Amino acid sequence: MQMNQTNYFNELERDVLSAMKKPNMSYWAALGFSASLLLMWALCWGYQIKEGLYVTGINNPVGWGIYLTNFVFWVGIAHSGTLISAVLYLFRAKFRNSFNRTAEAMTIIAIMVAGLFPIIHLGRMWKFYWLLPYPNQRLLWVNFRSPLVWDVFAVSTYFIVSLVFFYVGLVPDLAIVKRHVKGIRQRVYSILSLGWTGSLRQWVHYNKLYMFLAAFATPLVISVHSVVSWDFAMSITPGWHTTIFAPYFVAGAIFSGTAMVLTLVIPMRKILSLEKYITVDKFEGIAKVLLFTSLIVTYAYIVEFGIASYSDNIYELSIFKYRMVGDYRVIYWIMICCNSLIPMTLFVKKLRRNLVYLFILSIFVNIGMWSERFNIIISSLSHEYMPYAWGLYRPSFIEIGIFVGSFGMFFTFFLIFLKLLPVLAMSEIKEEAE
Amino acid sequence: MSRPRYGFLIDLRRCIGCHTCSVACKNENAVPLGVWRSWVKQIEKGEYPNVTRSFLPLLCNNCKDPICVTVCPTFASQQREDGIVTIDPHRCIGCRYCMAACPYGVRFINPILQICQKCDWCVHRVERGIQPACVDACPSNARVFGDLNDPESDIAKMIADNSVSVLKPIMGTGPQAYYIALDITAVNAKSEGQE
Repeated sequence: MQMNQTNYFNELERDVLSAMKKPNMSYWAALGFSASLLLMWALCWGYQIKEGLYVTGINNPVGWGIYLTNFVFWVGIAHSGTLISAVLYLFRAKFRNSFNRTAEAMTIIAIMVAGLFPIIHLGRMWKFYWLLPYPNQRLLWVNFRSPLVWDVFAVSTYFIVSLVFFYVGLVPDLAIVKRHVKGIRQRVYSILSLGWTGSLRQWVHYNKLYMFLAAFATPLVISVHSVVSWDFAMSITPGWHTTIFAPYFVAGAIFSGTAMVLTLVIPMRKILSLEKYITVDKFEGIAKVLLFTSLIVTYAYIVEFGIASYSDNIYELSIFKYRMVGDYRVIYWIMICCNSLIPMTLFVKKLRRNLVYLFILSIFVNIGMWSERFNIIISSLSHEYMPYAWGLYRPSFIEIGIFVGSFGMFFTFFLIFLKLLPVLAMSEIKEEAE
Repeated sequence: MSRPRYGFLIDLRRCIGCHTCSVACKNENAVPLGVWRSWVKQIEKGEYPNVTRSFLPLLCNNCKDPICVTVCPTFASQQREDGIVTIDPHRCIGCRYCMAACPYGVRFINPILQICQKCDWCVHRVERGIQPACVDACPSNARVFGDLNDPESDIAKMIADNSVSVLKPIMGTGPQAYYIALDITAVNAKSEGQE
């Protein structure tokens, strides 16, 4: 038994670390492709800064275009990392162990991408730091009544805590990596692993800290997207001004985040040959989370419409009718299909365990959740209270370039992560095996 | 004497739909192409041969409880003591939250300055004791501007003597632009004019 376990551990270390070996051509091709999208992102943004907001399709009445859609979308993606790591850790859901590292890395990267969008969205983006309360002689101060300021705090807190959580979880694994690499890399990993030796005393402290951070991060999973939802719910725009927005957004965020985990992990498992460690059972666990959150989101769609009908508020009712049959109806029905109808198939156990199916489904969910945010933001603004202020919004090429480029940024960072850090939490998989 | 509290009144019985106010406003405030601080919505109603046109001049309501001021993250939108809601061009970072929050859709992004702007009842003129540009320009004296707290002012007298209404009071923001003989069909009609 003892011998077998040692063999298993060696094998695990070898398999996980071989993913960090010198990259092959397909990796370089993928990295080159995403980096070129990232370059396009930078060029589009530079052009927008130089020329001003008129290069976008944004102005009265639709002042919030797809930049805010992307912001909410990426913040949503950033949710599952801490959910899978922290919440499922507290619930002792073992299937998290093979996902948590990737999911956390995804969180960190997604929140960096998301955090840039409100800045891209600003008219005078070079003044973005005016959103931070800092002492100055120009009597500048932030308005703490503005939900946008709450957002700055919520997102930055979430980023910092997720980063600390990610790093703490990495420390024992970095010590393993240190043993397997040579030269300058060894020195770097040795510094990063903070002198970890794996003694009993270190493990006791480590587990305490990990538990504490998990408990600390759990409320943040709820708070950050609630605050994002209040950006909308606190204004009196029809279709936004409802009390269910916070739970509805949180469920939606977890839904989209778990879908993105599937999108990333299924190909990663294949390419890095990690089939042994990321088993189909674990995917089934994630698929159940996906199904559950899909049901919550569907429920929210129904309740939202129900409240509007029951309240007899003509503005609310008209906005929901507008979403269904108005100018943006295609987006609405894409949203319903991708978020409510297609995920229902996960009730079938066979489909939950079919990885190709899960991968395709996860792409649909990503599309559906982006459409949901588009639908919420743009349809409400283009069809507000006063008919004279109704108008259509069409994203310009620059906006679409920045949107597509943000995926380039996400995948560039993710591919770099694959080569620099162990993609599986080796110490936790070992713990599970014992 | 109490502090002034400004209000705006549009007497639609007198409005002839000439759009002089829109033009005067554009000139006075150097409003760029494609956006408007003040404009006139016009509709045609009835069936031939009994057709008529109805006008609805629009501008910022400078609400009593302005939601744009609540949501502004940098205090760029502020309400003055005399009730006028202003945007500090130096503080605005162009986040457009006010545009999303304003139920009247009177705010826009200035494509040159990258900041939000709206009608502020020509506060630079009012401070010097002159009427807003649109009021001065109106050929039929349909627009009245003045101090609501002063019972001797034209606007206070007209509001006292006539039945006045505001746009969508249900919003609860307390609009301070009053209308005499407001045509509700013109308010609720879809229009192609302003996009």
